[in-house]
Amino acid sequence: MKRFLITAAAALAILAAAPVALAAAPKQGGAATVTFNNDLTTLDPQVGYDWQNWSVIKSIFDGLMDYKPGTTELVPDLAESYTVADDGLTYTFKLRDGVKFHNGRPMTSADVKYSFERAVNPKTQSPGGGYFSAIAGYDDVAGGKAEALSGIETPDAKTVIFKLTRPDATFLHLMAINFGYIVPKEEVEKAGADWGKKPVGTGAFKFVEWLPGQRIALERNKDYYKAGVPYLDKLTFEFGQDPTVAVLRLKKGEIDIVGDGVPPAQFAEIMADPANKDLIAAGDQLHTGYVTMNVTQPPFDNLKVRQAVNMAINKERIVRLINNRGVPASQALPPAMPGYNTANKGYPYDPDGAKKLLAEAGATDISTELYAMNVDPNPRIAQAIQQDLAAVGIKAEIRSLAQAEVIAAGGSGKAPMIWSGGMAWIADFPDPANFYYGILGCVGAVEGGWNWSKYCNKDLDARAAKADAMVKDDQMKARMAAWSGIFDDVLKDAPWAPIFNEKRFTYHSARLGGDPLLYTDPIHIPVNYDYIYAKDAQ
Amino acid sequence: MLAYLARRLAASLLILLGISVVTFGLTFMIPADPVAMIAGRNSTAEVRAQIRHQLGLDRPLPAQYASYLGRLVQGDLGRSYARKSDVGPLIVSRLPPTLLLMLGAIVAELLIGLPAGIYAASRRGRTGDKVAMTLSFVSVSTPQFVLGLTLIYLFAYLLNWFPLGGYGSLSHLILPALTLGLAGGGWYSRMMRSSMIEVLRNDYIRTARAKGMPEWRVILGHGLRNAIVPIVAMVGLDVGIFMSGVVVVENVYGWPGIGQLMWQAIQSLDIPIIMGVTTVAACFIVLGNLVADLAAPLIDPRIRLR
Repeated sequence: MKRFLITAAAALAILAAAPVALAAAPKQGGAATVTFNNDLTTLDPQVGYDWQNWSVIKSIFDGLMDYKPGTTELVPDLAESYTVADDGLTYTFKLRDGVKFHNGRPMTSADVKYSFERAVNPKTQSPGGGYFSAIAGYDDVAGGKAEALSGIETPDAKTVIFKLTRPDATFLHLMAINFGYIVPKEEVEKAGADWGKKPVGTGAFKFVEWLPGQRIALERNKDYYKAGVPYLDKLTFEFGQDPTVAVLRLKKGEIDIVGDGVPPAQFAEIMADPANKDLIAAGDQLHTGYVTMNVTQPPFDNLKVRQAVNMAINKERIVRLINNRGVPASQALPPAMPGYNTANKGYPYDPDGAKKLLAEAGATDISTELYAMNVDPNPRIAQAIQQDLAAVGIKAEIRSLAQAEVIAAGGSGKAPMIWSGGMAWIADFPDPANFYYGILGCVGAVEGGWNWSKYCNKDLDARAAKADAMVKDDQMKARMAAWSGIFDDVLKDAPWAPIFNEKRFTYHSARLGGDPLLYTDPIHIPVNYDYIYAKDAQ
Repeated sequence: MLAYLARRLAASLLILLGISVVTFGLTFMIPADPVAMIAGRNSTAEVRAQIRHQLGLDRPLPAQYASYLGRLVQGDLGRSYARKSDVGPLIVSRLPPTLLLMLGAIVAELLIGLPAGIYAASRRGRTGDKVAMTLSFVSVSTPQFVLGLTLIYLFAYLLNWFPLGGYGSLSHLILPALTLGLAGGGWYSRMMRSSMIEVLRNDYIRTARAKGMPEWRVILGHGLRNAIVPIVAMVGLDVGIFMSGVVVVENVYGWPGIGQLMWQAIQSLDIPIIMGVTTVAACFIVLGNLVADLAAPLIDPRIRLR
């Protein structure tokens, strides 16, 4: 069996990361305070699954793989190196020396095995356990028939071998998502039901205290395996802070980052203030806002009607409506995502063409419903869509509901159209596969699934499976081309009307420094806390 | 008196039982699925079915209600879906800030409402009365989030008198207590005014005035003592009114009480927390009403409880 070692590549990748990480070579010290409106739910990496706890967990825990700060480029993290077997069914990771948990105990291969088994065990109720379904033995553990994953072997304390039942080209990404972060068994068991409130990891920051509803305090992990990182000595998250009030506190220098972002109502004012020029970082995120159309029922079972909707919506106007906090979307994948097809310009804005298509379809008098979440700016966006549809002869009544109700209406297939804003797909990891199966593939097109169009194309599913079986480095290009083709064909079938790709704007105090990319990191939302620094400590 | 207390307590228990049925029914009538919220968008139908089973949500509603009630009488409010921790301790840890805020609001509304009402009654029909009553109308009608943001902008951001939200000291308490209490102050000023006007019509007031007593002594010495009775009896009812107000006010000011907990639980459809907070709030409202009824004869001996 031919194996290829990629330690050299990994070393190169780390060197390549140097400009961001080391160019300024900031001194350690100082503190930062981040505000959020909602309290965090949990810091359990196998359980936490909202954008807010996601990034805090990333600063406390590590996985075998990670991304170069501010980018979507994979690099080894707790693994020092890895090899992939030719058939893509065996991954061997060599663990790094000198990695310790915050309780002082060295991390070993047994911890890795335990952490993945914990993620898959149904008792954990992990929303991400399903990501590891390619690991041998998954079905037994997920089905409650076994505790141990037969596909994870630990020949010694520094080696972990994963045996898969099918090749999975996203496997290295899965080693970098929170659900696969490494936790110490003794601390999980000691804390019991409180584990999510007393996290112990290997990461850049060490947990200090959590006052429910008030704050979480973290301090620099002095034993962190990456020398010199993180830069901040203290990191505090304050909760229950209304974003409008948080902006006032930032202006007064009481806090450093408005974690919820700039409130839409104040966006224009804050952007126009020249004092804020260097305090607002703008960046792309792996997000697409779209309108789903239920392809299983009239009128959207007719391809021409769906294409007409795509041509009827004036995306430029909607982008203006949200103060240009995004760019019009041509396709399902966001531009920052590998596999995005720059040549595909999508459907043009063409109301006359849309009317013609509707006439061809014989659908002249359409009445339907458009579901949307009831939090600003989503009702306004839904109204803009409603007007555009009315202009071509489609009457859409708006159903503005709470998030959970829209999700339920989408899952049950009750909603003919849904504007995805407020619930939209932000990728869990930067790979086109993550934008397909759950929201456009057959597996999500079931009762309670997140494929709200109920679009199930067996042919595309087969092509997706084939693409994800290409695991070798020299197949990467072919794999991305295959995914581009899949998404091009999705667009032809038009189960969605992609509307815009949201941009992220992070407002931070003048006290904080660091590459703007860190403040709009596509992986750490909102901010990569490990690499930002305090100017007053320099 | 004892028999009355026993009857009222029994009735309160019945009310609470009714409330538990209504909350349970309502949260299950919401057209949303907590399992979808827990399982996430990447889950398969099997995983969702498994979680549904673990939470007992696949059992018939009456059976779910019976086990909910069984746990409830043992003081077990269940386990939060999103936070994966017990609801009881979560609410208990959030209660002191909310009770403190309510106490502050009661002090604020009495400090505002009573003097304003007395003043308006003594100036009945004149400009002072009209200004006071207009202000009370405005304070009753202003939405609390508008009032909260206005106060915080003026007094915390522009004038620097108070901190910009948060919890911990007396200076943190003043603005939220004022926001919550101002509407109540408006009500109290109106009640105090009419109660005082009523009292000032009495013969003994005329006698007091006739014997040459200064007007301020007539009002504060003879009028107030009698006019205040129906007002104080209302304070118990405020607890119920405030229970809805704290949800808004605690969010504006970052006050870590049960209102904030409730608001966040509603957003993530965390049904055990929603039901737990509703139940605890209902207990307080029932208790507040009971106290108000029991306090009435202490203040006015003419009232007899039977």
